[in-house]
Amino acid sequence: MKWEAVIGLEVHAQMLTNTKIFCGCSTTFGNEPNTQTCQICIGMPGVLPVLNKKALEFAIRTGLATNCTISRYSRFARKNYFYPDLPKGYQISQYEHPICEHGHLEIIVDGKAKTIGITRIHMEEDAGKNIHEGSGRYSFVDLNRTGVPLMEIVSEPDIRSPKEAAEYMRKLRSIVRYLGACDGNLEQGSLRCDANVSVRPVGQKEMGTRAEVKNINSFRYVEKAIEYEIRRQIKLIEDGGKVIQETRLWDANRGITESMRSKEEAHDYRYFPDPDLVPMTVEQSWIGEIRSSLPELPAAKCRRFLSDFGLPEHDADLLTSERETAEWFEKVINAGGQPKAVSNWMMGELMKLLNEENRSIEDCRIKPSQLADMLKLIDNGIISGKIAKTVFDEMYKTGKDAAEIVKEKGLLQISDSSEIEKIVDEILAKSPKEIERFKAGDEKLIGFFVGQAMKATKGKANPQMLNELLKKKLSE
Amino acid sequence: MELYRKGIAELSEMLRKHETSAKEIANSVFDRIEQVEQRIKAYVTITKNDALTMAEKADQGRSSENNGVLSGIPIAIKDNMCTKGIRTTCSSKILQNFIPPYESTATAKLLEQGYVLIGKTNLDEFAMGSSTENSGFHTTSNPWDTERIPGGSSGGSAAAVAADECIAALGSDTGGSIRQPAALCGVVGLKPTYGRVSRYGLVAFASSLDQIGPITKNVHDAAILMNIISGRDQMDSTSASVHTPDFTASINKDIKGLRIGIPKEYFIEGIDPEVNAAVQNAIKQYEALGAIPVAVSLPHSSYAIATYYVLATSEASSNLARYDGVKYGFRAEGKDLIDMYMQTRAKGFGPEVKRRIMLGTYTLSSGYYDAYYKKAQQVRTLLKQDFDEAFKTVDLILTPTTPTAAFRKGEKTDDPLQMYLADIFTISVNLAGVPAISIPCGYTLNNLPIGLQLIGRHFEEEKLIQAAHAYEQSTDWHKRRPAL
Repeated sequence: MKWEAVIGLEVHAQMLTNTKIFCGCSTTFGNEPNTQTCQICIGMPGVLPVLNKKALEFAIRTGLATNCTISRYSRFARKNYFYPDLPKGYQISQYEHPICEHGHLEIIVDGKAKTIGITRIHMEEDAGKNIHEGSGRYSFVDLNRTGVPLMEIVSEPDIRSPKEAAEYMRKLRSIVRYLGACDGNLEQGSLRCDANVSVRPVGQKEMGTRAEVKNINSFRYVEKAIEYEIRRQIKLIEDGGKVIQETRLWDANRGITESMRSKEEAHDYRYFPDPDLVPMTVEQSWIGEIRSSLPELPAAKCRRFLSDFGLPEHDADLLTSERETAEWFEKVINAGGQPKAVSNWMMGELMKLLNEENRSIEDCRIKPSQLADMLKLIDNGIISGKIAKTVFDEMYKTGKDAAEIVKEKGLLQISDSSEIEKIVDEILAKSPKEIERFKAGDEKLIGFFVGQAMKATKGKANPQMLNELLKKKLSE
Repeated sequence: MELYRKGIAELSEMLRKHETSAKEIANSVFDRIEQVEQRIKAYVTITKNDALTMAEKADQGRSSENNGVLSGIPIAIKDNMCTKGIRTTCSSKILQNFIPPYESTATAKLLEQGYVLIGKTNLDEFAMGSSTENSGFHTTSNPWDTERIPGGSSGGSAAAVAADECIAALGSDTGGSIRQPAALCGVVGLKPTYGRVSRYGLVAFASSLDQIGPITKNVHDAAILMNIISGRDQMDSTSASVHTPDFTASINKDIKGLRIGIPKEYFIEGIDPEVNAAVQNAIKQYEALGAIPVAVSLPHSSYAIATYYVLATSEASSNLARYDGVKYGFRAEGKDLIDMYMQTRAKGFGPEVKRRIMLGTYTLSSGYYDAYYKKAQQVRTLLKQDFDEAFKTVDLILTPTTPTAAFRKGEKTDDPLQMYLADIFTISVNLAGVPAISIPCGYTLNNLPIGLQLIGRHFEEEKLIQAAHAYEQSTDWHKRRPAL
């Protein structure tokens, strides 16, 4: 039997506010435990939450960027459960009236566009962290993260493959990063993903029983965890078993999902509207203001890169996935760079060097105008493409201008034909056997002669002139 | 007359004229406490050292021009309002040693005006009850008859005011917890409009109903405290952005032509004949003062108690979840996490609190939410509409505060439902969010106080205070004192 997977993602994104969602504590990651807490976020008796307006704005921005309807009436609800990292015994979340609903996002997988529905986006507070250290009887609780604002972005079950799921995550990450709403860091947990996975025979309309896979804490595990879960469910059914509704944990070390709790053990969260927070009525004018302040989003930017710069789709997609990269690219273009050449250098050399160092493009020592200048040196025949790589490496290390490096290191291209001719003659004089084989039809040997000449000139010979000269001399 | 017998206005005047000092007043009050507290047990914590320091400070400050309105005035605070550095227990074992590192907004405002904190008063645990018998520590006695309860949950505050163990007090009112004990102790108690006074630092029982208000010896003093504690607070999203008038400025406005609604649903069987008679006399007194009684109907009144006990317990079950032994307060040892939770809550909470947590947990449970919580919210809307409708034709509504005078200790402890009925006339007011005041309007043959309740439109406490004051000034009920 042929099977089809049905996948929906619940993505939690930590919003980039300076302070927590219901109090004035800092949201900085990684400080000493319990140093970023106050009576409000640790839930002392009698304290009350007050909504951070910036969090609401980020949620609305994300909603608008994902084609959602912004609710005119929205409110917070309490999700009740006991856990040491949840100091009030309830999480302030949204239930019946989320801030954003009915959105969608377009993804492209294997060249085909597909629309993934977004059911809702709601705001909530993050919980703290339990720390189990040492061998003692006690565990510890760090409440620094308690009250950090989150958005939960819930997709429709429109996703059909692990690849689509990963692409949806990438698109979503790109958007929230463009908006400045979330830094999108899965490893630090500022972006988290739970997947609802079920399978059904191809052609069947009803959905199968779903399992929720939690703890997918890295980008590459999105695909792996879902893949595993699909395989598990298919095998289970084919072996005569039944999928049960449950929550499963992804174990990255073992590459499997494991049952955490069944439907019967599921919490009854006893949601009800939080009486401490008045319902929100979002003014239409404010939504308008936010809409007009939205940056050009990745999809629109990608379309523009295709049409304005004539870039291949692959290039445009890659260059626009990060706002900073796209902006860097456009700065090089504005400084006179040719789009395809700029794209090649950025996606090749530059990304390689940045990745090696784990450095962001904003911190790159090469300025966009310097790359444009270097490309001009190539175009004007002052340096060869090969030498340019050396120059580029040096630019990356030092931040110096290409021209300066060329001058300092004597890397000017040799374009003097008599000089090149001298070198060619010397090489040919040393290689009678190769000339013979070349003349006998082994034309690949041209590479050998070029290589020898480049070696002799330390790569500075003008490759075009060298080629022409060699061909001329060899056919004599 | 002894200083402790006096009210805020009178003592402020004396202080202004340098006829007495804050220290003298404080000492007078502590002498009184010495005399009667053993019999009344109004307090959970008496803060004598702090009070004397505060009084001294007030005396030093008096030479300067900018004196606070409450400079040197001893006030008691119900022990469910957080006072920085001073134990705040909610009369619960689970918070027996809890010392808040922050101040509630209401008490912070009193501090700004130079008040002297006398102590923290007893209440039914977490304000759940009508007699203080649910206190985790002790039951407070009614100063008029120490065999009887003072009412609750602000029974400690009301008894302290009635017994002159303080000059005035703050209480909190979720279903009648200011007005009912005020009525049973023969003092004035005002529950402001929901949102008038910040709830920040008031330990929550039922967040959509809780409201802080004054308990005083006369209406004028209630107006003085209202001036101070009212107002929008950025720390409380549910506090309202409405103007705070000077409630004392218009207090003497005459009430001729004021239309006072008499709801037929509040004069029912089961109401004590003596209470009924006193309230009927009060209506006549209002007529004599030029007000016009008008028959009105609040048709959904009979659903109020059921509605209240669904909503209040739902909210309470969630509000009290934080007392889990993990972070602060009492913790019992357990063999694992779940056991620690269970032992802590089993030993830390009293039976009424547990009853309400269970009830609220049930009404919010999946499958029951629509039938209980949601339905109750719908009925709450109907109850609100009842008041809106009535207030189209009248300015105020007049009712008894309680169906009976103070009952005996132990009389209703075995029957929670009977106990719940003690709040039958006060609960609708919280559900509708409107303001109400209870003032003394007579005494039973046993010399127990009877309370009269006036209910106003949202944010029309001014009218409430005017009408209460007019009545008070035309009667002598508020001048009586229990023989202690």
